[in-house]
This record gives sequence, structure tokens and C-alpha cells, in this order.
Amino acid sequence: MDNVLSLVIFLPSLAALILMVVLRGEDAAAQRNAKVLALVATLATFLISMPVLINFDPLDTSFQFVEEYDWIAGLKYKVGVDGISILFVMLTTFLMPIVIGACWSVTHRVKEYMIMFLVLETLMLGVFCALDLILFYVIFEAGLIPMFLIVGIWGGKDRVYAAFKFFLYTLLGSVLMLVAMIYMWFDAGTTDIAALMQHQFASKDMVILGVSVVGGIQTLLFLAFFASFAVKMPMWPVHTWLPDAHVQAPTAGSVVLAAILLKMGGYGFLRFSLPMFPVGAEVMANFLLWLSAIAIVYTSLVALVQEDMKKLIAYSSVAHMGFVTMGIFALNQQGLDGAIYQMLSHGFISAALFLAVGVIYDRMHTREIDAYGGLVIRMPVYAAVFMLFTMANVGLPGTSGFVGEFLTLTAVFQANTWVAFVATTGVIFSAGYALWLYRRVIFGDLIKGSLKGILDMDTREKMLMAPLIVMTILLGVYPALILDLIGPSTSALLENVNTAQGLVSDTAPQAPAAH
Amino acid sequence: METILLFAPLLGAFLCGFGHPLFGEKVSMIIATGLLFLSAALSWVVFFSFHGETEVITLFRWVESGTLSADWAIRLDRLTAIMLIVVTSVSSLVHLYSWGYMSHDPQWKDGESYKPRFFAYLSFFTFAMLMLVTADNLLQMFFGWEGVGVASYLLIGFYYRKPSAGAAAMKAFIVNRVGDFGFALGIFALFYLTDSINFSEVLDPHNAKELSKTTLHFLSWELNALEVITMLLFIGAMGKSAQLGLHTWLPDAMEGPTPVSALIHAATMVTAGVFMVCRLSPLLEYAVFTPSFIVIIGATTAFFAATVGLVQNDIKRVIAYSTCSQLGYMFVAAGVGAYGAAMFHLFTHAFFKAMLFLGAGSVIHAMHHEQDMRNYGGLRKKIPMTFAAMMIGTLAITGVGIPLTHVGFAGFLSKDAIIESSYAAGGVGLYGFVMLVVAAAMTSFYSWRLIFMTFYGAPRGDANTHDHAHESPMVMLIPLGVLALGAIFAGMFWYEDFFGHHWEEFFGTSLYANHDTNHVVHDAHSVANWVKVSPFVAMAFGLIMALWFYIWSPENPDNLAKSHSGLYAFFLNKWYFDELYGILFVRPTKWLGHILWKKGDGAVIDGGINGLAMGVIPFLTRKYQAIQSGYLFHYAFVMVIGVVVIVTWFALGGGAH
Repeated sequence: MDNVLSLVIFLPSLAALILMVVLRGEDAAAQRNAKVLALVATLATFLISMPVLINFDPLDTSFQFVEEYDWIAGLKYKVGVDGISILFVMLTTFLMPIVIGACWSVTHRVKEYMIMFLVLETLMLGVFCALDLILFYVIFEAGLIPMFLIVGIWGGKDRVYAAFKFFLYTLLGSVLMLVAMIYMWFDAGTTDIAALMQHQFASKDMVILGVSVVGGIQTLLFLAFFASFAVKMPMWPVHTWLPDAHVQAPTAGSVVLAAILLKMGGYGFLRFSLPMFPVGAEVMANFLLWLSAIAIVYTSLVALVQEDMKKLIAYSSVAHMGFVTMGIFALNQQGLDGAIYQMLSHGFISAALFLAVGVIYDRMHTREIDAYGGLVIRMPVYAAVFMLFTMANVGLPGTSGFVGEFLTLTAVFQANTWVAFVATTGVIFSAGYALWLYRRVIFGDLIKGSLKGILDMDTREKMLMAPLIVMTILLGVYPALILDLIGPSTSALLENVNTAQGLVSDTAPQAPAAH
Repeated sequence: METILLFAPLLGAFLCGFGHPLFGEKVSMIIATGLLFLSAALSWVVFFSFHGETEVITLFRWVESGTLSADWAIRLDRLTAIMLIVVTSVSSLVHLYSWGYMSHDPQWKDGESYKPRFFAYLSFFTFAMLMLVTADNLLQMFFGWEGVGVASYLLIGFYYRKPSAGAAAMKAFIVNRVGDFGFALGIFALFYLTDSINFSEVLDPHNAKELSKTTLHFLSWELNALEVITMLLFIGAMGKSAQLGLHTWLPDAMEGPTPVSALIHAATMVTAGVFMVCRLSPLLEYAVFTPSFIVIIGATTAFFAATVGLVQNDIKRVIAYSTCSQLGYMFVAAGVGAYGAAMFHLFTHAFFKAMLFLGAGSVIHAMHHEQDMRNYGGLRKKIPMTFAAMMIGTLAITGVGIPLTHVGFAGFLSKDAIIESSYAAGGVGLYGFVMLVVAAAMTSFYSWRLIFMTFYGAPRGDANTHDHAHESPMVMLIPLGVLALGAIFAGMFWYEDFFGHHWEEFFGTSLYANHDTNHVVHDAHSVANWVKVSPFVAMAFGLIMALWFYIWSPENPDNLAKSHSGLYAFFLNKWYFDELYGILFVRPTKWLGHILWKKGDGAVIDGGINGLAMGVIPFLTRKYQAIQSGYLFHYAFVMVIGVVVIVTWFALGGGAH
């Protein structure tokens, strides 16, 4: 029990190692063995992660299941979870078996493919559990590699361009974060995240090259982290790598990317930016609210005119992440709760939507919307599932998509009514692009000759969707499951932020409040 | 009991929708219909045994975050009880009716199972509507609000092979979302200012009074908080109840099967906006601007929709515009503070409008799904029962009764109550009065026009269809008979309760009138006799005009259409709203999407960043080529090396620190 978190983190990699060493050959049997082993490993990881959730005490807002060891040369391996991170750990372990299940139709270099996903799972879990700055950075960056390869090797026609773009964008953002981390290390004398959260970084206004920087060092540090997280999120206008990466990524790659990897940015804001640089966050908050609102409207409009299904859903993801950043920087309880809720909910919904595209892509080998039409006639089950997730995607009350949107919008109304007004138009546009997609793909008469023989979802595909359906509705009807778990931690976080900002405004009353 | 009546339709939808491969078509339809009748029976029991005290049954928690808290709950008061019987009664009758109407639908090919899906949607709709009317907070109301929207979307798009059905379904959902945009902002504003969205606080008159003295910084202006909130919430009501500006989806919604039009787009869902406004009566009582706005919108809608109804040829569209128009009446009543009258008309309208739609469905069924009235004529002998039902419905909607008494068909009492109230209110109410009386004349004209074109004169159109026209089966006629009872007697029976001197005792705390400013109901009873008689005169005038145009000189309509072709086209094309919105909203939105995609994402963002990468860091260009030559693994190796270097660097730095 003491090492359960490490076990959860490393079990997938262990399986990857076994695959690497033991499994030989490229024949069908070997491919099947690789897939089965990966599936078993991810399922086992999920099962082992359950005790973490069950034994987690939501009222204790400090880190739990903490493990700390010396690593190489004075660096520490320290992991643990709190109310903010535990659900991302669970999201990852819950989704990975589904991701592996989505790989079943792959035949190209299956063993390596499985290894990539297993290693990726370890790295993603590591990001959410890491409690040491350097550990976090290393894992955060290392996570790029398997994803880069998944897109670059198993992707579509322009996979290399997309992989490069993905890599370049995210790495460039990280360089600034690295510089900031080095500064933090020297300033605070520790890389322990829990300690850094208590550390007060200087926030006196300063002048750099004639530009006055409100919030001083904290604002600079905030911006450096922001450069990395904003790209990961992705926030407008650094989002353009995402549609390209999604379009080229294989189905399972898209699922991981949308459902889990995108959450690292939001998690980073909650773990680092808010608690460590509260003054910087306050200085930047209004600007970021506007960026979020622009993201929602802009990407929704772009989604409206897409001709490629995956691109459409990718743009819709960016819009939904806009609600997350909006919630975070509204800097109140509903905002933080809503942001985390929106991320989790988007994890399930986007996973299901990309799987749904994968279902028909596997059959027809095209993502062109115009190539479809009237699928409901041959694929009634598929039509029903797609309908459910279309509605969840537009934030229908009763699905998990609603809770996050509602909370973040409620939150931002308290911070800035203009932003709330602009962002709420997103509910109209999202209905526009989502239903327009549904109508063109599912409704209408089935007249295209190529579709005459198309088959409905098979058992494997239904089994992949079933857990996502359950979660989407369960979390829509009874959100207390999640909100009770995260509430104490987010409220503690908020309290710390407010205290820190209060302390600063006592000594430096010129810090402007966000309006 | 309330819990059972609420969840029975959901269970029915579930069992029917997912269980039909297991139980077979018929059994699953029996389950859905049976559970709905159970729900209806319980609703009547609740209605008659309701003792006047508001009762709240909390089911379980829903959204809780900080001070925001909303439960799943059932709020039972008089307003809810009325809605319960309206919703479940019409719904159960429509379920029954659909057994006949949907039995041999020519839209489907042999072997396609469509009926269980239809019944499941109907039951799901009923559940969502019940959630809406039993909500104890604005959030659950919003759940029901959007839930009925989805059900409506699914049912409008039920004939999914038809492109027009898909388009209409989408339009309905999106236009409703425009309304929901306002509704949602209203909820946010209310929470921001009062820290609660539960009705126990929201509907407290003291809170409303406080809000009316509060200023809200909304967008760039300092505005009266109560006016902003009520306006935003009313925008939601406008969307759902198809009021002017957000009405364009309702006529298109007729793409759905006719039972759907009767249930959703006449009797229940579209009245949700009126219900919401009445529910929020404590807020409206302290607002000044919003109620006036509601009167203007309602009166203008009543007038506008009636003008369009005059010239439509599709039997369902005539009734659709009629619905739009009648909803306008209800809003006028609510706007002038006669909430009882608004609910009264909502109540009677549910009976006679559902009946008119189901009657129209019976005609359409008889005529093999022909909907153009120009191809009808002389049908009264072929389908006498349907004819009788349509007659009763028409007598009810046009408001036939004995002037200056309380004896008449349902619409006579409820519509006259609204017209008298709007006159009694004075001010903007007078505008309402004039528009509503004019609209009453037009209502009479288009309703009788429908009757005359359908049932009188010589048969027109395809002779074969006319030869095979047949009366509908009993499952379709029984619902018509039950609704006919309501259309005849509901007005007389409930007049005193809804609009009598003791209306406040009947409604208890569910409606609120601020007696400092609102005595409209009292005044309405003592308006001059010419006011009381005016709707009757208008009705008679409309009837005579219809007789003249369609019985005595049938060449008149064509002549008039030719001599006033501009006006005729203007009405026929529904005042060109669809075209206007196409130019104003739809096309610019798509255009903007394209610009942002190609120019914004493509040229500016990608172009800028690529340009930066290529220009400032030529090193990366070489890497880019290396990648393109396919050395992915090499590149990944470089990345791993990079990470190792960074770690090492840190490790050394850590030692030095």
C-alpha cells in the first residue's frame, strides 16, 4: 500500500519492458499477444489505481500517498496526489484500456505501437503525480516523445509535418518554463512542489527595458509557465498544432491526445501557476479571460466550416478548453470546480467522439464529411451513440458536458460580464457545428453507393463506448461524485491564492484588481 | 406519488426505446402508453387533492460548488399541478392517438421498425417537460428546458430521410439555443446577485424588491439588476415559446409527425415560456420595463402570426401560426400582470389546440398524407367525426360564446379574460388590447378558412385520394373526443378559479401580485361593456369575412391576392424573416468561419509562426528537412539525448547549490 502510486505509475512501463524483451516476430499471433498484454497491463493499472481513489480522503487537502526517494545526483523522486490531481490519475487509468482497445485494427509495427502507449501512460501518470519540479519537467517533456512517434509513425499522409509541428510548438513553450524553473530553484532553494506552493516569490513591480511589469518577478514566472501550458492546452492563438496533429494521428493517438494530454496544460495552471504565482495570475487574469472567450467563439466558428470530421472535433476541443482556462482565471470556487469538471468531462466526451470517427474511418478510410450521409439507416446503434455524445459535446444538461460549462460560465459572470456574454454565445455556435456535423453524416437518405454495405458497430466497438456512455451520463446526473472530491482542495487552493494576494496588496496596494 | 408520476414516462421511454428488440414492438408501445396513462391518472389525483401549500420533495443533490447549490427536486404548487395535468393528459392522449396515426407510415420501408423509437421519444419528451414544470430551482428548469428541446429536435427530425426534416430539426435546436443563451445569462446574473438559484429565495418578493433597487454592472452599463435579469430570462421564454424574432423555428417544426405537433408544438413545450414567466411573477411584479416589453412582444407576435396564418395553404402551418399567435395572447396577459389569465389561456389552449392538430392529423391521415388545403374540399361527409372535432376546436379557438355571460367555449372565456385585462391595465396594455382584438378577427378568419377549405365546397386535387378518404380508427377518435370535452367545458368550469375574484386563493403562493401596483384582474371585471363585447364582434367579423371569401364568392381570395400581390407575398413569405436572418446571421457566420480558418489560422498564425521558425532559426529548417527524409527515430533519439543533457545539467547544478 505504501508504494501503490509508484506501482500504478510504473506498471505500464513494466509491461512495455516485457513486450520489448520477450515478444518476437511480426506475425498475427505475435501482434495479438502484444495487444492482449497491453490490454491486461492497462486494465491491471486501472484496478490497482482504484484503492488510491477509495482510500483517498477528500477532506485532507494536503498531498496523500506520498512517496519520496533520492534519485540521481541530489534530485528527488517524489510523488503524491491531492484533490486536484487524483481525478486526472483516475481519468488516465480509466481511459487507457479503451485506448488500447481502439488499437485493435492496427497491423503496422504493433509491438512498438503498444510500447509507445504503455510508456506514454507511465509518463502521463507521472505528470499528474510528480511532486518535484525537476521530476515534473523531465516527465512533462518526455511525454512528447511517444506522442511524437505515435503521430509520426502510425499517422496519416502528412504525419511528419504534423508531428514536427506538434513537437516544435510544445517544446518551444517549454524552454521558457525551464528557465523559470531554474530561477525558482535558486530563489526558493528547493524543488519540492509542496514547499514551492508555500514560497512567496517576489511580486514588487519592476521595470524591464522601459516596460513596467506589474507583479514583477511573479508575473514573469507566470508568463514563462504560461508559454508552456498555453500551448499544451491549447489556448488561442497557439492552437493550430492541434487540428493538424489530430487529423494525422491514428484513432488511439487522437483519443489520448484529446482526452488526457490536453489536460496537462490545465493541470499545470492549477498546480503551478495559481498557487505559486498568485499575484502574477491576478495581474494576467483578465487578459486570459479574454483569450479564453476569443478561443471559444473563434474556434467554434472555424469548426462550423470544417470539411474533415476530425478537424471539426479538434477545433471543438479547443473551444471546450477555452471554458477550462476561463474557469481557472475567474479565480473563484465555481470556476476552479468547473474547470476541473470540464477537463474530466471532455476526457470522456472527446474520447468517445474520436472513437466514433474511428469507427467509420476504419470502414470507409475517409474523414471527409461529404463522403457520408444517411448512416442512421444502416447503423442505428452508431447513430444513437453519436447522438448522445453530440449532445454531451454541446453541453446538454444531464450530460457531464453541461456541468463544467455551467460552472465556468457562472464563475466568469462574477469576474467579467463581457467575457461571460461573449463566451455564452459559444452554446449557440457549439450547437451549430455539432448538429450540422451530425446532420450531414447521420441524417438524410443513404444514397452513396460506397455506404450501402456499411456495418453497424461491432461488439468490441460497443464495449469501448459503454464505459464512456456510463460516465458521461452518471457525471451529468450526479456530479457530486466529483465535486465532493475536488471541492475541499479547490477551496483550499483558492484560499491560499486569496491570502497571498491579500498579503501582497497589504504591502503594495497598487496591485490592480481584475475586472 | 409525485415521484412515480414524474419517472413513469422516463421508464417508459427507456423500456420502449431500448427494450423493443426484447419485448417486441407492440409490447413496448403498450408499456410506454400504459405508463403515460398511469402518470396522467396520478396527475389528476394530485391536482384535485392538492391542498394549496407548496410542497418540495428533494430527490438528490445535483450541482454543488461553493455557495452554488441545486438539487433534483419536485416542487408542487398550484402552478405545477396545472401543468402536470396539461402535460400528462395531452401526452397520454397523443400516445394513444399515435397507435393509429403512425400505424402505416408511408415514410418507412417494409421491415423498418420506427414505432418504438417514436413512442420512446414522446415519453422522453414528457419526462423532460415534467422535470421542467416540477423544478424547484432554475437549473433543473433549464435541464427540462433543454431536455424538451432535444426531444423536439429528435421528433422534428424523425423522418430522417427527408433533408427538410433534418434542416428543420437543426433550426429548432439552434434558434432555441439563442433563447437559452439569454436564459443562461439570466441564471448567472441571478446567482451573482442573490447567491442562489433556488426558488425559495428567488421567488421571495422581498428579494425581488431588493433587486429592483440594485444596480448591476452588466457589459459596459450600469443597469437595474431586476430589469436585466428578467429581460434575460424572458429571452429564453421567447425562444421556447416562439415569440417574434425567435419564432422562425416553429412553422418549420411541422416537419415532424402530426402527433408531435399537437403535443410539443401546440399544447406543452411551447407554453413553457409562459409557464416560466408566470413562475417568476414575484420578479416581474417589481420590474417596470420588462413587463411592458413582454406585452409589446406578445401583442406584436399575436398580430404578426395571425397575418401570416391568413394566407398559408399547408393545414399544419396555419395551425402552427395560430399557436404562435395564441402564445402572444398569453404573454400579453402575463405582461400586464394577469398571470391567472395567462395560465387560463394556456390551459384551455392546450385542449383545443391539441385537438385542432390531432384533427388535422386525422384529415391528413384520411387524405394519405396530403397537407395542402388547396387539395382538400368537401370532406365533411367523408370524415364526419373528424369534422365535428375540428368544428368544436374552431368554435373554441375563435371564442364563440354568449357575450356578457360566462357561457361559451373554452377559448371564449380565456381569450376574453386576456383582452379585458390588457384594456384594464391601460398604458402599454392598450396597445395589447388593440392588437389582440385585431388578431382575434384574423384568428376567426383563418380558422374558418381552414374549416371551409377542408370540409366544404367541391373536392379538389387528386380524385383518387378523395375517393379513398376514410374516417380514422377509434384510437384516433377517442383522444379527439376527450379533448373536445375540454375544449367545450374547461373554460366555463374553471373560469372562477383562474380568473374570478378569488383567483389568488386558488393559486396561493404560486403566483404573486403586488397589490400596491397590480389590480388588473379586479379592474378587468369592471371594464366597459363595449370592451367585453369587442372580441366577440371581431370574431363575428372574421367569420363573416371567411364565409364571404370561401363560401359565398370563392373567387374573391384569388382576386384579392392579385390586386394586393405585394402584401400577399409579404404575408405568404412570413414577412421574409427567414430570408432576413439568412442575410444577417447565417451567411456572415459561415463567411466569418471561413475567414478565421483560412486567413486567421492559416495565413496569420501558422504563417507567422512558421515564418518565425524558418527565418530566425535557420537551424530548424535543416532539421525540418531531416525529418521529412524520414529519420523519425533519429530525431526522437536526439530528443532523449536532450532530456538527458538537461537532467545532467540540473544534477550538476544541484550539487553546486
